[in-house]
This record gives sequence, structure tokens and C-alpha cells, in this order.
Amino acid sequence: MSVVPPDERPVILARAEAVSRRYGDVLALDRVDLEVSAGELVGLLGPNGAGKSTLLNLLVGLRRPTAGRVELFGGDPRDPASRQRIGVTPQETGLPGTLRVAEVVDFVAAHHPDPVPRGELLDRFGLGELARRQTGGLSGGQRRRLAVALAFVGRPRLVLLDEPTTGLDVAARHTLWEAIRAFHDDGGTVLLSSHYLEEVEALARRVVVIGHGRVLADDTVDAIRGIVGVRRVSLVADELPALPGVVRTERIDGRTHLLTTDADELVRALVTAGVAFTDLEVRPTSLEEAFLAITATDAAPGAGAGRPTTAVADPPTTA
Amino acid sequence: MRLALVHARYQLLETVRIPIAVVGSAFFPAVAMLFFVVPFAGNDPVGATYATAAMVTFAVMSANIFQYGVGVAEDRDQPWNPYTRTLPAGPAPRFAGRVLAGLALTYLSLIPVVVIGATLTEARVSAPAFLLALATVAVISVPFTLLGLAIGYSMPSKAAIVVAQVVFFPLAFGGGLLSAPDQAPGFVEVVAPFLPTRGAVELMWATTGDYPVNPLSMVMLGVWVVLLAVVAGWAYRRDEGRRFS
Repeated sequence: MSVVPPDERPVILARAEAVSRRYGDVLALDRVDLEVSAGELVGLLGPNGAGKSTLLNLLVGLRRPTAGRVELFGGDPRDPASRQRIGVTPQETGLPGTLRVAEVVDFVAAHHPDPVPRGELLDRFGLGELARRQTGGLSGGQRRRLAVALAFVGRPRLVLLDEPTTGLDVAARHTLWEAIRAFHDDGGTVLLSSHYLEEVEALARRVVVIGHGRVLADDTVDAIRGIVGVRRVSLVADELPALPGVVRTERIDGRTHLLTTDADELVRALVTAGVAFTDLEVRPTSLEEAFLAITATDAAPGAGAGRPTTAVADPPTTA
Repeated sequence: MRLALVHARYQLLETVRIPIAVVGSAFFPAVAMLFFVVPFAGNDPVGATYATAAMVTFAVMSANIFQYGVGVAEDRDQPWNPYTRTLPAGPAPRFAGRVLAGLALTYLSLIPVVVIGATLTEARVSAPAFLLALATVAVISVPFTLLGLAIGYSMPSKAAIVVAQVVFFPLAFGGGLLSAPDQAPGFVEVVAPFLPTRGAVELMWATTGDYPVNPLSMVMLGVWVVLLAVVAGWAYRRDEGRRFS
């Protein structure tokens, strides 16, 4: 990290320092470090159960870390004053079903000194027509939009969105993305979690990948895309020559699985080398698979079925 | 304070939109009035007044144990509850709002009992005594509110419903709410002063008639309030919502 003069150092709005959180026997977060500076749009990417929600819950003061320290605007997130300038989204199922849309917005607005006028907010999220409807009668997409809208009621500087578009159709997803982008363009800071790479690619500049409670990578979208673009090429073959771009090799039940960053190149190489293979399959890997492959490679180089494993071209900055 | 009123208003809105919830807490004491008080004590002004006061105590107890015990536990199951804890306000406004709304609903649930007492029995009370009784209701709500909160914050909603039902009847019967003053079965007379219901109903009797309160009941009522406040406070602090969310 280059040395920045103190006055040009970015303002850190949210910070986690060596934070661990344990639920009984389960270690949900394991010594996680994260800093979100003013003006950033950061995506938290990871499979379900990776610890994304736990990290967000710690940052908004819903839970206490088991070890380590969390800070929000330089203070303890459990202190209401530190939460003055944040916006959070409730889970879509969590809106009180008997209350009307306008009432829910007014309720949240009552907690803020200078809330966005209700009509303006509802229009921004395409909910203007629904103000009088009880939230229990809304469609899933409408409820989701209302839930996200609530994060913006108090004119926040930082919004923390936990899987904001899960379960939405494409059009509704794009409406929400627009709203989030507009907020960021006006100088707002966003930390959003998702298990869709597509969503993070569409919105974020910086991606933090979380798996098994640890930060696996913290880098630009491009760098992460290179890593996540790993494919699984599987085939039945006796012996394989050295192949280009193979991250990891596994042999399971007579099939050989090759994780590669460039499946096309790998298949061409297989064919040119005249390998006698059958039953070729090329599948995208899940995020989890890709990252497990990469972390396993980092932890034990060359452990893949006795074959030499090549590191990814642009290795992630693992924490 | 403004936020406490906002929270109270929304709590009431949510409850009133499902009116059956309000009917529920008023139903049992009203039915008990009709079945037990009207036929047996209805013609005796003193007996009817004491019996009505006991049913009011009964209604206060059931309204508070259920709306806090079950209501709080159910709220803790809802994702909306953790969301409100991310808003820039401490727990005080929400808590105060809940208590204000709870008190309002308690008074509401007393209306049928009082109406039945006034119209179908000889129960009579002077205007100042009536006003004093209204204030006493707020006082005797305290132990049952704390009991409800202790239940609601310490267990999941399914357990809370059962526990609320299990503690509710022995408290009513053991405290002598279902008998005329000092005419309860022998073992109840022995146990009663040690239960919070007894202290509560004696206060109501003293307000609406000239019942001499038993010092032991009063001391025990105080002990219960302190004890339940400690348990409720402990349960509240250790609660972080659902363990996994």
C-alpha cells in the first residue's frame, strides 16, 4: 500500500478489524478485515452461508463480534449516533403486513432529522401508486423495492444492502440497480452483498469475496472476474499431457476434472495433443468451487492429484 | 418521547388492523364475569364489586402476559424487528412505545368486564374510587408487563405461547382471583400472599372497597417486581434476535 498524506487519506465509513463471530460451534466469520471508504461501491460476493450477512449485521450493530472490532463512522455501530447516516434494507419478508406502504415509509422517516419526502422516495422506486396498499398485499418484487427504498429514507451517506435483488425479475432488478447507481453517482457509498457475480459486476468497482467466513479476495471487478471465470472441464482419459491454464486437477471415479481459466484453449490443446478422451464436459464452476480451488491451491501448492498445478495468471490478494 | 409515541402508534395500528387480537384479551375475563360473577355474586353489592375488581385484575394479568409474552416473542421472529434496531434510535423509544400501546390495549380489554359489572351486577363504585382504580390498573400492570417481557425475550414464540398459558392459570387461581376475598380454599389462602396476583388484586380491592391489604402480599408484590425486572432485563440484553438470520 502506498503512503498517502494524512489529509488525502480517504474517509473510512465502515471498518472491520480482525473480526470473528461464532454461533455456538459454528465460526461464521474468521478474522475478517474490511474497510469501506467514502464514495466507494463495494460488492460482497460469496455463496450462501459464507458469512456475508453476518458481516453486514456486525457493521450495522445488530450483533456483537466475538472477537475483533467493528466501526461505523468512527464509532461503535451499537451506538445509535453512529447509525445516523446509514441506510439498511430489511429482508423482504420482514415488512409488517398490516401496515400500508406510506405508513412504513413514515415510520422510518420519523427516525431521521431530514427524511426524503415520501412521494419523492416512492416515485424514485416506482412505488408511487402503491402508497395506500398494505405491504402484505404487495407482490414480492414490490415488497423488495419498498425494502430497498427504506434504506434511502434518511438521506444516508452509506447504505448497506443485503442481497437487494434476490428473487426479482430482470426489469425490477434493473430499476433497483439504477437507483443504487444514481445514489452512488451523487457521492453515496454502498456496500452490497450478493451471490450473483452479474449483479456485482453491474454495480461495483471493488469486490470482496467471502467464503467460509474469510475474505478470499479483495480486488477490482476485472481481477475477480478472471478468477471466477474458471471452468470445469471433465473427461475420461488415461493419461494427460501438461495442459495450459489448468488451475487444479482432480480424479474422481475414473473421471478427470480440470479447473481452468480458459476452457477453449484447454480443449484445443487436448485435441492437438491427440489425447484419447471420451465423454467431454465443460461446465461453469460455482463461485464456491472456483474459490475453493484457488484457496486450496494457495494453501497446498501442487496438491492436485500429484500433478503440477499452475497458479492463476493474476492471483487474488487473499487475506 | 416523540419517537416513543410514533412507536406506540404503529404498535396499536398493527394490533387494531387484526381486531381479533384485541377481542382475545377481553374475551376470557368477560366470559368469566358472565358465568361466575353474575349468577353467584351479582346481587350482593359488596361481593359483586370485589368480584368485578378481581376480574379486572384477571384481565390486566392476561392482557399483559399474553401481549408481551407472545407479542414480543413473535416480533423477535420477524425480520422487521432486527431492521428497526438498525434505525438511529436506541431501544428506549421502541420499548416505551410498546409499554404505552400495551397499557392502552389493557384498558381496552377491561371495558367489557367493567360494563358487565356495572349493568348486570350490583357492583358499585364511587367516581373518585373509579378514577383511583384506573390508576391502580396502571400500577398492577407493572409486574405482569415484566413477566410478559421476561417470557417474550427469553424464548421463541412457540414456547412463549405455552409458557404464558401455563403460568397464567395457576397465578389467577393461586392468587385467589377466582374466589371472594379470604374465602378461597385453604391451600390457596396459604400460597396466595406469595404470588404477585394477590398483591395486585388486594390493591384493587382496597381501591374499590375497604379491604385491608395484607402487608405480606405487598412486600411480596415488591419482591416480584424487582425479581421480574431483573429477569426481563437480563433476557432483553442477551437477546440478539434470532440466532441465525
